[in-house]
Order: sequence, then structure tokens, then C-alpha cells
Amino acid sequence: MKRARIYGLMAEFDTPVEIVKAARVTYEAGYKKIDAYTPFPIEELAEAIGFHKNGVPLVVLVGGLLGCSGGFLLQWWIATISYPINVGGRPFNSWPAFIPVTFEMTILFAGLAAVFGMLALNGLPMPHHPVFNVPRFAFASKDRFFLIIFSSDPNYNAVRTRAFLETLAPRSISEVPD
Amino acid sequence: MDDPTQVETGRAPVIGPGYTFGTITDKISSIVLTRPTSTGWLIGFGISFLIVMVLLYAIGYLFLRGVGIWGVNIPVGWGFAIVNFVWWIGIGHAGTLISAILLLLRQSWRNSINRFAEAMTLFAVACAGLFPLLHLGRPWLFYWLFPYPNSMNYWPQFRSPLVWDVFAVSTYFTISLVFWFIGLIPDLATLRDRAQNRIAQIVYGMLAMGWRGSARHWHRYETAYLLLAGLATPLVLSVHTVVSFDFAIGIVPGWHTTIFPPYFVAGAIYSGFAMVLVLAIPIRKFYGVEDFITERHLENSAMVMLATGLIVAYGYVMEGFMNWYSGNVYENYNLWNRLHGPYAPWYYALLFCNIVLPQVLWIRKFRTQPLWLFLVSLDVLLGMWLERFIIVVVSLHRDFLNSSWGMYYPTRWDWAIFIGTIGMFAAAMFLFIRILPMISIFELRTLLPEAEEVKSE
Repeated sequence: MKRARIYGLMAEFDTPVEIVKAARVTYEAGYKKIDAYTPFPIEELAEAIGFHKNGVPLVVLVGGLLGCSGGFLLQWWIATISYPINVGGRPFNSWPAFIPVTFEMTILFAGLAAVFGMLALNGLPMPHHPVFNVPRFAFASKDRFFLIIFSSDPNYNAVRTRAFLETLAPRSISEVPD
Repeated sequence: MDDPTQVETGRAPVIGPGYTFGTITDKISSIVLTRPTSTGWLIGFGISFLIVMVLLYAIGYLFLRGVGIWGVNIPVGWGFAIVNFVWWIGIGHAGTLISAILLLLRQSWRNSINRFAEAMTLFAVACAGLFPLLHLGRPWLFYWLFPYPNSMNYWPQFRSPLVWDVFAVSTYFTISLVFWFIGLIPDLATLRDRAQNRIAQIVYGMLAMGWRGSARHWHRYETAYLLLAGLATPLVLSVHTVVSFDFAIGIVPGWHTTIFPPYFVAGAIYSGFAMVLVLAIPIRKFYGVEDFITERHLENSAMVMLATGLIVAYGYVMEGFMNWYSGNVYENYNLWNRLHGPYAPWYYALLFCNIVLPQVLWIRKFRTQPLWLFLVSLDVLLGMWLERFIIVVVSLHRDFLNSSWGMYYPTRWDWAIFIGTIGMFAAAMFLFIRILPMISIFELRTLLPEAEEVKSE
């Protein structure tokens, strides 16, 4: 049987302060293809692993603009072209009356864009991922903090990277099989 | 943001002392995963389920015979259906206020009550949504309300507040649902990793969608969550505004007033917080989560209730003043009719429930003692229901022409459907606290001092 490919090396930490410090040191040591797994959001950690910008706001903006223009155009088209009703000679394009629905459509599309955009950019749903191969990883959703250096990193070397991780004084180090 | 664990100015902390990331996780997930189903839960759920059966029976009979089985008539065409619709949808508003507005205002105490408040919103909006559908008369044609290309060559009338309402309520339900679900994903991953039972592992695993808590994912997640909160904030204010337009755009005396939108929104939050307390007080007691839902939460909610109650009181005063000041004979009569007409006892009961009795909340004891607070909250829920009854029925039953005056008497079917939705709401809440984490685990973790340390580094 062929030996399983290695996805990365994973170090386990006990506190949020430790993992943020470890992530900063790792990033500065030249490892750029890294990630961290925590049981709750830690703003500083995303910065520590060099992840500053994300595409969610843009997706939400596009969703909101689509909802806003689509909502208004639909009402305008119905009221003036497809199904005009003369109410006491008032203008067909009675736009103030279309504001509530335009507003609701803006919120609806922007909100759904936020949810589905976030999931899509995160690559979810993804039922299986190599990190789940590590038994201790079950604690990542409870009270442990994990740092991983992916084997795709150019500086990755099974021996040297493990030695480097050991200098960070983690609780444990595990190989992540692919 | 102040340190939430610190006891300042003698007020209770947001979270009890001595908890760690692990013990918080164990305590909340054990309620769902390992704690045996209690007899109390079974009895409570059983009773609610029976009431749901009454609801189904009443709805079945309604479909068979039509809305004639209700007390609605001409002139009072709206009756209980619209009273209950507005009441339920108002109750939902507190959930969104807690989850979205308090998030934007960085009120970290919201983290322990937002989850079940959001669930409350969803179930309340579901109950609310039933009423307009049942009131349609031909409920199977409800989809005519949506703009879709059809062979009848017809489109909905977008100048009508009733169409605005369809869009507002369905958007509100959808956004509340996704907001709630997004909040649940990290906790579902926790349950997936903790569950021993194979079926539970699979179900929670599928719902968690492979969440693994990556720092990149959290970063996008937090952005999306914050943006959703920013979107839900104007949404929640707009929904009850649009509901109030259903009345305010009409010309009926007692409805045609510009104060309706703000006063409806305040009333919605008022009754919503009352429902939050009615749910939170027994839940924290029976599930022993007094360390997560502390006196601080009760007191803060009571203060929101007191503040919104005063806005509502101002609304009543302004309504009465404008009825008099307008010099309009029909508006004048509307006020006189409220005070001296056939429904006057209901109006006085409303003033007592909504304005007089809640003033006890100025006294600290009533804000912090669960039993008193529970009773005051029930009183507010009753008062807000009466308010909607007065607005709908008293305004409609005597409008411009004496010849078209009439009376409205609810029938047993009106009551069966109203009480039935309360059962449906309760049954859904019972199921929710049994199968999903009712307190947000990951947001509670962020309240611990260990989590705060990173920020001070």
C-alpha cells in the first residue's frame, strides 16, 4: 500500500493568546500557506496568518444593487407598461409608492448574498476535509486552538517544519494525512 | 466594550464566574445531547401539541365552511385575524432587535439570549403569517399576491400597502431564518463533534456543512454576520412600519395618523421583550442556565420594556390629542367612542395593562425578581394584544355613517385559532430547546476573560 500523502502539520494550543502569537511567529518565519482553527472568531488571528481582505462586502453590495434595481424596475414596468391602471389621472410611474417594496427587495437580495456569498467563498458545504482526519481536531469546536502549515508551502519540509513547530511549545503536533 | 465578567455598579455579571471554554460547551451541548428528556418537557410539549391539534381542527373547519364561522362582518371586516397578525409579528421584533441592533451597539450581554430570541422571532412570524392567509377566504390562491407571469394577464397592485406587507413580512421571515441559521452553524459543528449517537452525528454534521472554524472562514463569517445585522436593523424597523401603513394609509378615523409607524415599532419591541422574558424566565430555571442568563439580562430587558412602554404611552397621548386637536368630527368621535363606547372597558384595560402597571418596573425589585418580572411581562403581552384589538375593532365598528355601525363578537373559532397559534408557538419552542443549542455557545465563549485577553495584547 502506498503511504498516504501528507496534507500538513498541525500544532495544538490551549489559549487564544498562544495561537495568535504562534501564528504571527510562523508567518514571519516565512510560512505563508498556513491556517488556524479556533472554536470562536478571533479577529487578530486572521491578520496574523496574513488574511486581510475578504470578498463578502462586494458580494453583498452587488446583491443589494441587484435587488434594488430589479425591485424598482419590476414595479415600474408593471405600472407603466404591462398593466397600467389609471387612478384618477395620477401618473403611472408613481414612484413614491414603489419605495417600500424596492427597499424590501434590496434587503432581501443583499441578505441572501451575504449568506450564500459567505458560504460559497468559504467553500461550504464541504462535508469532508483532511483536517478532520486528526482525532484531536474534534476539540477545535470546543476549547482547543490549532495551527496548520500546509505541505504545499514552498518552505515545507517534514523534519524542519516539525522542529520549527516544536519551538512554539504546542500541546501536541500531528501529521494531517490527505 | 466593558469587561462583561466584571461586576460594575453592583449589577449582576453577564456570565457567572468560573467558566471555561470547555465547561460552557459541555453545559449547553449536554442539554441537547446527553440530558434525558424530562417529564416536564414531555408534559409541556404534549399540551402544546394538543393545542396544535385544536388549531388544525379549527383551520380544517374554516377551509370547509369559509370565514363566515368567524365573528367578522361588515363593518368589522378585519377582526381577530388582523389583531393576532399584528400582535404576533410585533412579538417577533424583539428577536431581531436583540440579534442585530444590540450587536451593532456592541451590547455583549445579548450573546446569551440572542439564539432563542431569534427562534422566537421565527416562530412568531410563522404564527403571524398564518392569519392573513386564513383571512383570504380563498387561501389556496395566496400566490396571486406575488408578481409572477400568469395567464390572467394580471399583476399585483404595488401602490397598495397590503402588497407592501406581503413583501415586508416574507423578506423579514427569510432574513430572520438565514440569520438564525448562520448563527447556528458553528454550534452545529460543536454538536457534531460532541454527539455520540450516529444519527445525531449525521444530522448535525449535514447541518453544520463541514464547518471547521478556519480563521479565514471566521473572518468572512464575521463580516457576513455584521453585514446581515446591518441589513436586519432597517428591515425590522421597516416591517412594523409597513404593517402600520396597512392602517395609516386608510382613511378610517383612528387609523389615518402619521404617528402610527414609530408607535407601532415601539409597541412591537415592547411586546417582544415581554415575550423574551416570558420564555427566558422559565427556561433559565428549568435548565439551570442562570449563570448564562443572569439577573443582568432580566434587568436590561425590563429596562428596554420600560423605555418602549413609555414611547407607547406617548403614542396613546398623541393619538388622543390629535383626535381632539384635528377638530375633525369623526376623529373626535373616535376618541369619545374609545372612552365611552361599547368597548370602553377594553380600552381602560389596555391603558391599565400597557401604561399603569408596567410603571412598577421603575422599582429595582420588579426588574430583578423573576416571578414579578414574569407577571409584568404577561400583563404587557395582554396589553399589547388589547391595543391591536382597540385599533382594529373600535376604529372599524363605528366609522362615518351611523347607518353602517355595527358590533364585533369573536366566535369560538376565532378563539380556537388564536389559542391554537399560541400552542403552535409553544410546541415549536419546546422542540427547539430540545434539539438545538438554545444559547449561542461560540458567542458565549467570546465573553470569557481568556478570549478578551487577545484584544489587550
